[in-house]
Amino acid sequence: MPTLDNLQLTNDGRLKHFLSIQGLDKTMLTKILDTAESFAGMSAQKVKKYPLLRGKTIVNLFFEHSTRTLTTFNLAANRLSADVLNLNISAQSTSKGESVLDTIHNLEAMHIDMFVVRHATSGSAHFIAQNTKPGVCVINAGDGQHAHPTQALLDMFTIRRLKTNFHTLRVAIIGDILHSRVARSQILALNILGAKEVRVIAPKTLLPAKVEQLGVTVANNIDQGLQNIDVIIMLRLQKERMTGALLPSADEYFQCFGLTKKRVAIANPDAIIMHPGPINRGVEIESTVADGAQSVILQQVSYGIAVRMAIMSILIQSGEHA
Amino acid sequence: MSKIIIAGGQIIDPANQIDQIGDLFISNGKIVSVLRQPNGFNPDLTIHAEQQIVCPGFVDLSAHFNHSLPHKANIASETHAAANAGITTLCNPPDTLPIIDTVAVVELIADKARHVGKTQVLPIGALTHQLEGKILSNMSSLHNAGCIAFSNAQYPIKNTLVIRRALEYAASNDFLVIIRPEDPWLSTQGCAHEGIIATRYGLPSIPEISELIAINQYLALAELTGCRIHFGQLSSARSVDLIIKARTKNIAVSTDVAIGQLFFSEHDICVFDSNYHVTPPYRTENDKQGLRLSIAAGAINAICSDHRPHNIDAKLGTFQETKPGISSLESLLPLTLKLVADNLLTLTQAIALLSTNPAKVINHDGGTLTVGADADICIFDPKLDWIVASNNWLSLGKNTPYWGQYLQGKVTHTLHQGKVVHQLIDGRNHK
Repeated sequence: MPTLDNLQLTNDGRLKHFLSIQGLDKTMLTKILDTAESFAGMSAQKVKKYPLLRGKTIVNLFFEHSTRTLTTFNLAANRLSADVLNLNISAQSTSKGESVLDTIHNLEAMHIDMFVVRHATSGSAHFIAQNTKPGVCVINAGDGQHAHPTQALLDMFTIRRLKTNFHTLRVAIIGDILHSRVARSQILALNILGAKEVRVIAPKTLLPAKVEQLGVTVANNIDQGLQNIDVIIMLRLQKERMTGALLPSADEYFQCFGLTKKRVAIANPDAIIMHPGPINRGVEIESTVADGAQSVILQQVSYGIAVRMAIMSILIQSGEHA
Repeated sequence: MSKIIIAGGQIIDPANQIDQIGDLFISNGKIVSVLRQPNGFNPDLTIHAEQQIVCPGFVDLSAHFNHSLPHKANIASETHAAANAGITTLCNPPDTLPIIDTVAVVELIADKARHVGKTQVLPIGALTHQLEGKILSNMSSLHNAGCIAFSNAQYPIKNTLVIRRALEYAASNDFLVIIRPEDPWLSTQGCAHEGIIATRYGLPSIPEISELIAINQYLALAELTGCRIHFGQLSSARSVDLIIKARTKNIAVSTDVAIGQLFFSEHDICVFDSNYHVTPPYRTENDKQGLRLSIAAGAINAICSDHRPHNIDAKLGTFQETKPGISSLESLLPLTLKLVADNLLTLTQAIALLSTNPAKVINHDGGTLTVGADADICIFDPKLDWIVASNNWLSLGKNTPYWGQYLQGKVTHTLHQGKVVHQLIDGRNHK
């Protein structure tokens, strides 16, 4: 079976695109996390800029709306001294019938060094990476329900900072696994980094087929599922899931799967609570929990900048050594 | 060219249990003798077929092309491709442009096919008006115009009462109904098998149960109505089990499988390779193996190409945005021969699955070398290697996973109604 390695790695194992956690090994993930660590300290400094990407042009190409991810990619590129262009394509070219590929080729003609792409269909980042010129890097900022690898790595970064050792950790991912690119990337990353257990907690309607083959254990009941858990990752529940007969109502979902103070107490006492955002207060998580002492949701956001800086700088450096 | 001898080939005719080296005699478009030269037969043309197989022209139960857009795969381009592939009869499903639901469209197809003169094209009529699943089509008129069966193709009918009425009406006239079994609710917008690969890649999926539920539904209604039904392009091994069970209850049911299902599984779509985006989707390795064993055991009546030619643009996009289907007329024989090489089939069985058996499914006279039959004949070199490339691939659809690869087994001559419609000289095609 062919793997993703071919597309995102060079023959000698350097990163040329960042499309998916799949195909990357522990050494590569650790290298990214270590590099992110070196950038994480600088946010507190007065001068927040490194010249690593000076003279490089990065386009944030978002075919799907985003606030948090776009902002942190933008800041990451700016702090590395790159020239940055933010394009919200959903409202522009595609509405005139221009294909994704034509958009990319037009931008390539303007000598772009890196594309950060978000698109609503799975596989779009791979498709773009397959069709860009050699030397142009593509970072996947979320493709359909497939992958959101930078989010997964900032989550790993957060966990590593707060929990140190993956080998003893039991991690629960709770909610709409079926539609979640974040969950898919997290599961891959946690397994590569050696987590003791990755447990998904959701009703059967929100779990994809053969999910256990991704390397997870499954619980359909949150009260049982939270036992012995060190890291709780909540997923956003899209409102439209109610219409597809996947769930009866937001209220019932909160009753059965909402993270409440009482439920947090079932997990290990020092468990941390994460959420990729944006959060739906009162749907998947109670405000007192989201804003409580065990919540690290806002830390995730700030670490997102360091992790994205790390990936951008590693990609550009790989290209320069080619 | 009224009198032809095909000399010295290995003649294989499954219908008449012939497998012998010898000569075949054609006069005025008909087969006049097999193995024995008729008295005073002076041929106008001798085709030397030494070291080659001479068999009935193939009958393909499902090949798609349109009838109104000449820049896309059309009747001229695709019947040329069919002749290049040894296929002499193509069944054209109704979900073309325009939809085959009026006598005028049926006549248009017949006229165009006759005008091109490469192969016979047999239209499959729409089971319901505009394939909308609401009003029955004018089945009798369509049948009289030349439709050999009726189908709603890849647009499953949602209303069970309409299905029942359609089968009852078809049964009243002993028409065959062809079903691409799929539950319309369970398959919405899916593009890959519901399994580990779709899960890993976050692709909208089509579950196996979608096919099984539809088969159970149609089998129950066929038993009730007495309608002859044929399930086209099965994708699940368990579907065959349901059909075998139904046959024990004397339900008149036949089935085919698309050639690709015998070679590919869900794993082949890694990584987002749109060449493998097909409907029904390639399923598990177990399904592929199960279908191969069912073919070997004779539980599946025929192999079809399920030819779906596309322009380059249709396959240029993210996996789920691309059009499903493979251009597969011209790989049909080489892949079927691989089943022989894999010891799943004898050569005679393989030829029967491509000719005699599909002809029987649609009650068609072709698919045999019987004396008196139309001289629809395929002559092929089973050992000839060729590279899939523009110079020998005539379909306008270049969407095949085999592009640039070697395949073994090449048709050297195709005869349709006694006329040589394809001839390979020095490894190249001569139209």
